Amino acid sequence: MKKLLLALATSAAMLGFAASASAQDKTKICFIYVGSKTDGGWTQAHDIGRQALQDHFGDKIETPFLESVPEGPDAERAIERMARSGCALVFTTSFGFMDATIKVAEKFPDVKFEHATGFKSAANVATYNSRFYEGRYIQGQIAAKMSEKGVAGYIASFPIPEVVMGINAFVHGAQSVNPDFKVKVIWANTWFDPGKEADAAKALIDQGVDILTQHTDTTAPMQVAAERGIKAFGQASDMIKAGPETQLTAIVDTWGAYYIKRTEQLLDGTWKSEQVWDGLKDGILTMAPYTNMPDDVKKMAEDTEAKIRSGELHPFTGPIKKQDGSDWLADGEKPEDKVLLGMNFYIAGVDDKLPQ
Amino acid sequence: MGIVEAILLTVITAATPLVLAALGELVTERAGVLNLGVEGMMIMGAVLAFAATHATGSPYLGILAGIGGGALFSLLFGFLTLTLVANQVATGLALTILGLGISGQIGEAYVGMSGTKLPQIAIPLLSDIPFVGPLLFRQDLIFYLSIALVIGVNWFLFKSRTGLKIRAIGDNHASAHALGIGVIRIRYLAVMFGGACAGLAGAQLSLVYTPQWVENMSAGRGWIALALVVFASWRPWRVLAGGYLFGAVSISQLHAQALGLGIPSQFLSALPYAATVVVLVLISHNRRTTLINTPASLGKPFVPDR
Repeated sequence: MKKLLLALATSAAMLGFAASASAQDKTKICFIYVGSKTDGGWTQAHDIGRQALQDHFGDKIETPFLESVPEGPDAERAIERMARSGCALVFTTSFGFMDATIKVAEKFPDVKFEHATGFKSAANVATYNSRFYEGRYIQGQIAAKMSEKGVAGYIASFPIPEVVMGINAFVHGAQSVNPDFKVKVIWANTWFDPGKEADAAKALIDQGVDILTQHTDTTAPMQVAAERGIKAFGQASDMIKAGPETQLTAIVDTWGAYYIKRTEQLLDGTWKSEQVWDGLKDGILTMAPYTNMPDDVKKMAEDTEAKIRSGELHPFTGPIKKQDGSDWLADGEKPEDKVLLGMNFYIAGVDDKLPQ
Repeated sequence: MGIVEAILLTVITAATPLVLAALGELVTERAGVLNLGVEGMMIMGAVLAFAATHATGSPYLGILAGIGGGALFSLLFGFLTLTLVANQVATGLALTILGLGISGQIGEAYVGMSGTKLPQIAIPLLSDIPFVGPLLFRQDLIFYLSIALVIGVNWFLFKSRTGLKIRAIGDNHASAHALGIGVIRIRYLAVMFGGACAGLAGAQLSLVYTPQWVENMSAGRGWIALALVVFASWRPWRVLAGGYLFGAVSISQLHAQALGLGIPSQFLSALPYAATVVVLVLISHNRRTTLINTPASLGKPFVPDR
């Protein structure tokens, strides 16, 4: 009996040793997702990035992830669990994880964190974001060309700067083509509820919009647009499968290159806390193929995209007035990134009252 | 099609899954069993209905798969709480979590696919009535089923012999057992009816509401259905009214936003829930009628003495 116990104890110790050894061989790069990794939108785009990262480094790293983590107290627990499990770098991929990330990072100074789309950072917390508004400006221009009624519908999630900035960019783009263009906004107050997103799409179409765009995560609005025979834009991932004859283009998030770059820096010891905000020219954001539109509209979209890439055009270039009529940008003036990232006002032309 | 008609059509689509799931839970609770796993059974129905439709090409087989899947899944709950006498609240919560997990696994292959929408069936003559016709008589099978089930369950519970037995078990399982009623057997059937209805509600989500599969696509509707049962004070017609009230408030708040009325959207989004609370307060101020309708044995375990 004693012998058996001893044998058990030894093998247990050996197992433990083996486990810790293999854990040291592989660097753990961890991910926290707000949705399911197959949501067809935001989280799926991050997961494609994670897979690209895993493929790039192969056996050198592990990339565990937690999906469908609700924003709120649960997020803090989930991030802490990751940090405790030996992750060297944790990507928290939703705006609502901001405070939780900062809190956990204070407790684990040796672990590096990267928070997507937020504005709070620390010595071990970097932020990264994509200039989605560049894509939304192009969408606005296409909408103004394609809409017969001159009204587009916009399904928004929560009134945070990121989303407000998107609406402003869309409207500004549309009005650069048709100064009278209008946008109706519905705040779904959710990122992810196919039924509610579909209901919002139906409400907008019933009220006469003939182009739909969304800042929520599922393909339900695209599907409603297809059913009702109007055109729509995809969000975060290419949603062409949900509307082969409906999608005009989509803003596609391509995080993989960024994840690879930062992991490389972590491995060779040059990782620093930075506030990265890349756009079309850096490849973190791409436009899905321009489809279901005449050649002249397609050409306009491609020209605009090229101008934004080359830096010739900033989507927010003055003169732009705020919704209340006061001046925001003078002729030719461009906003500072800081102003955009904290955007809490509409520009002139948005037909909605911003929830405060 | 006028705007009112368009709004009402959207309301019907939004309310049908709530009515169906709540109706099933109502029967389960009338038999004295509290199954908090509605969300889990609903999402299982949704994924199985989508999978079966995809495999066979027939949304009607999809509906059958949703109903069967929900009923089978609820059997697990039945076995644990009725045969093994496990805690109903804990088991129901576990069923929800399990359902969300399993459905995600099953559904992984179907993500991003466009589904088949359940076709509409126009009822001859009736569907030609202006306004009412297109709304009520040019609908899909699941809508007709939901209305038929409300009428049927109301008759069954309050007019049939078995319905009387169910209510007797729900009110006092010991006395019912003493009278020779098979408490456990009938509770099994009531639980399975609840599961079948939740599965049908799930099939509505993935075949009518948004014909696609997305993980977690029930998005809390199972919990709203549970609240509706209490809201309806365990009466089928009130489930129907409550489901449509909830649907109507949710849809009209979206329209109010699109009209740009300038009412804060957070307030509007909370409106359906606020309306539920107000009605609950109004109907529960009379304690006696509330007590008469509440199944007295609800959630209590039953072990027949041998």
